[in-house]
Amino acid sequence: MSDISSRGYANPDKLVSTQWVADHLNDANVRIVESNEDPLLYPSGHIPGAVEVDWVKDLNDPLRRDYLDKDGFASLASRIGITPDTTVVFYGDKSNWWATYALWVFELFGHTNAKIMDGGRLKWTNENRDLTRDRPSITATTYNAPDRDDSVIRAFRDHVLTHVNAGGQLVDVRSPGEYSGETLHMPGYPQEGAIRGGHIPGAQSVPWSRAANEDGTFKNSDDLKAIYLEEKGLNPDEPTIAYCRIGERSSHTWFVLKNLLGFSDVRNYDGSWTEWGNSVGVPIEK
Amino acid sequence: MSNYPEKLQEYLDDFGFITSRDERADYLIQISDEFKPVPESIATQPYDEANRVVGCESEAFVWAVDREDGTLDFYFDVLNPQGLSAKAMSAILDQSCSGVPLEKVASIDDDVIFTFFGKDVSMGKGRGLTGIVNTVVYEANKRLGKI
Repeated sequence: MSDISSRGYANPDKLVSTQWVADHLNDANVRIVESNEDPLLYPSGHIPGAVEVDWVKDLNDPLRRDYLDKDGFASLASRIGITPDTTVVFYGDKSNWWATYALWVFELFGHTNAKIMDGGRLKWTNENRDLTRDRPSITATTYNAPDRDDSVIRAFRDHVLTHVNAGGQLVDVRSPGEYSGETLHMPGYPQEGAIRGGHIPGAQSVPWSRAANEDGTFKNSDDLKAIYLEEKGLNPDEPTIAYCRIGERSSHTWFVLKNLLGFSDVRNYDGSWTEWGNSVGVPIEK
Repeated sequence: MSNYPEKLQEYLDDFGFITSRDERADYLIQISDEFKPVPESIATQPYDEANRVVGCESEAFVWAVDREDGTLDFYFDVLNPQGLSAKAMSAILDQSCSGVPLEKVASIDDDVIFTFFGKDVSMGKGRGLTGIVNTVVYEANKRLGKI
């Protein structure tokens, strides 16, 4: 895979290479954070010095379906030893699916000095780089967190409904079977999440994994444009909303559209299909 | 008294004593190390999609092979090399259900995943893990004529 800076990304500085991470393991101004779909991965071995941010335990409100609040974020930031000036580098499994989710949540609190290690956990291990089971000793910091700002990169259901009625751009990043509603009609398997299957009207189907190479790295700009702009006809200057089931896969696509393709206004609808498919009266297409 | 396979009940009893997240993770990682992928004599890639566990994002597959004594041999694979939880669940079922009376296998409730992985298991992960359990149960029920 070519050097990040030569791939034509809109914001190449949002990605770092595995070598960059290796070179900055002892950089006091950098904090490496692992965030996975499988909580067994970090304790089974992680990048030396990396801390874990678990999306269930650390990022979500334990009672309400929402993210942590200002005090919760300040506490989390303190625990992992960062300040607003720390460069936080996220990586994880599933082609950095959950790493981009964690980055997105951090940006809700204004911590935009955040990057993704291209290729994630898979690339690091495939390159036979060191892993350790030792948990780092972190000195707690003081982090004066702002209030969470949901107004720029987050979408709520009513906003999505207005967007749909205006013919706005949407990207459904689920599997084709989920997009068509087929997977909610197969008998004999555990089904969760929504009473109705299908997709939000007007949404283009672009499964999130199409943005990633097999080695976990992001595709280059030309390949991404071929998918999102040429094949799907998305306009990077138009407001765009990405969604999936609970906003986890769509964070990956949000990262691609915003930072790699430079879409001017792209939001993640974290209520996603578990909300839309269970909501009374909202329009659905199949 | 539980009608579950004996080995499964042993695992459930062990996990019932665990209160620490780290201890749970360590035990599951240890079990995942015991995972054995399906032998080539049973299946080779690309696998038949009929054996894929629907809803498992770690791409788990399950095979059920009839034994002469009327029980089943179960085989598993997990294509995601980082799918440790899926491997751990598969290893537990492999050790618990192969060669076990079908009625016992069919009695397994997919709630067992919460005993193994904790009550706060995410919906997506839970869907995959219950899918693996229910695929095994489905195969037993099919042989019993209940499906």
